[in-house]
Amino acid sequence: MIDANDNTAREPVIRVADLVKRFDGRAVLDGVSLEVYPGEMLVIMGGSGCGKSTLLRNMIGSMTPDEGEVEIFGRDTLQLDESELDEVRKRFGILFQSGALFNSMTVGENVALPLREHTDLDEATIDIMVMMKLEQVGLRQAEDLMPSEISGGMKKRVGLARAVALDPEILFYDEPSAGLDPVTSAEIDHLMMDLAQKLGVASVVVTHEMDSAFRIADRMIMLDKGKVLMEGPRSAFEAIRDGAATGEETTDLIRQFLRGDSDGPITRRRQDSGYEEDILHAAEARYAPG
Amino acid sequence: MTANAAGNPIERLGGRVLKSFRYAGGLSLLLAETLRWAGKTLAAPKRRDVRALGEQIVRVGIKSIGIVALVQGFVGVILALQLTPTLEDYGQEAQIATVIGISGFRMLAPIFTAVVLSGFAGASIAAELGTMVVAEEIEAMQAMALNPIRFLVLPRLVATFLVMLLLTTFADVMIAAGGYLIAHLALGAEVYSRYWERMRDGLEYKDYFTGLIQGGVFGVLIGLISCYEGLHVRGGAEGVGRATTMTVVYSIVAIVLAACVCTVIFYVFGF
Repeated sequence: MIDANDNTAREPVIRVADLVKRFDGRAVLDGVSLEVYPGEMLVIMGGSGCGKSTLLRNMIGSMTPDEGEVEIFGRDTLQLDESELDEVRKRFGILFQSGALFNSMTVGENVALPLREHTDLDEATIDIMVMMKLEQVGLRQAEDLMPSEISGGMKKRVGLARAVALDPEILFYDEPSAGLDPVTSAEIDHLMMDLAQKLGVASVVVTHEMDSAFRIADRMIMLDKGKVLMEGPRSAFEAIRDGAATGEETTDLIRQFLRGDSDGPITRRRQDSGYEEDILHAAEARYAPG
Repeated sequence: MTANAAGNPIERLGGRVLKSFRYAGGLSLLLAETLRWAGKTLAAPKRRDVRALGEQIVRVGIKSIGIVALVQGFVGVILALQLTPTLEDYGQEAQIATVIGISGFRMLAPIFTAVVLSGFAGASIAAELGTMVVAEEIEAMQAMALNPIRFLVLPRLVATFLVMLLLTTFADVMIAAGGYLIAHLALGAEVYSRYWERMRDGLEYKDYFTGLIQGGVFGVLIGLISCYEGLHVRGGAEGVGRATTMTVVYSIVAIVLAACVCTVIFYVFGF
């Protein structure tokens, strides 16, 4: 792991500036800026619908932002054509929430696919590499199984083996712990940290699982309503989580999210949805004289 | 009372027309992109491309052979039974072979085969690709710099095209055989003994090829619509179900429209 605060001298591998993404006129991302540095593990967190998955999709090029810039390896992805974007994509790997294995292929074929398509390696070499990648995630014995024959946690591990097949420089993770039991989730976390250390890759993790986030993060970003609420090293977030409520809205909101408390600014915001006013308006309209 | 935009029939009609054009535009873009990848793939084919095409041909074609044989055999039987009384009125029952040949080869073989294929292969392609969308497989593919049009659409489109050519020819044979069966059972020895001979003499190559061309066009349409519907699935399992249904509906509409356009073109050019 690297010192999360020592980023001044290094060039970021990802730079997102003032990103705006709207769906039906509603801004899901509203001016998000962030940078990811080589070798670090950045965790992006936030509640459901805060825009974190949309942010990830804009970073990997599967969505196009309405405004702002996304630079990967110093190249503005919005200016790249499809084949140039593909060249960038070969340099990063992604673990999707479900693993996203190709169900018509065996585990081994899934891991071999990027190698077969993007390298000139012969089959014997590819076989050896597949074995090595599967061994890295502890699943060498599953090579000939179909995705439908393995568990959710195993699928994610195979997805991880496939994501690192081309020795990427950046790894993206979309909710790596979602739907896993605590032990499997911890296993995946260790695997992620292990890969980050061994391969020296930059990792971007989108999650709302706080146990996992605090286990793996060098640096954290909290999103809320499409905006960056706070960005800083893990220790800064730990201080808020473990400290007392301050009475300051933003800090208490972050604190509530990190601690998973049932009472706080987030729940109050939901309760202040104007329910009473709506009922009164409806009643007035219905029973108003005349 | 103010006119409600959603309820205004003219605006609704306009909306429908616009939607149809947008759909046709989407299909055209998909076709153009697939042709571009076809050119690239032909320039440097890989073994996996051939294997993928082979798999799709087996999947699209083999499953459909039995049902095409059944349907088209009965089409031949029905045609013969329907036409016999009228032809007998004119003392022309010997021409049954020619009439069955022309109507079957030129139109009924490609059109019924295409309808069967849209139900069998079209729906299954839409469901398969739709499920891949839901399972994030398509997104994973793109993220791995693998183009879904090249890897998924191209082999399926080429397969539906080739299979339709083969099945249309097979359907011609089945319709002719169905007609022969009725000629044998219901009409005199003079008619059935010279059935094949009259069919050969009464038909021209253009009768076979106009049907074959239409078969190819229908195959492309089925491939395009099923892939388009599959790749545009939204909303989980329900979306997949909707895509399979709409694939069959849109395919049948597109097949009939295309048949009409083809027939007009053949008519104008004297085919």
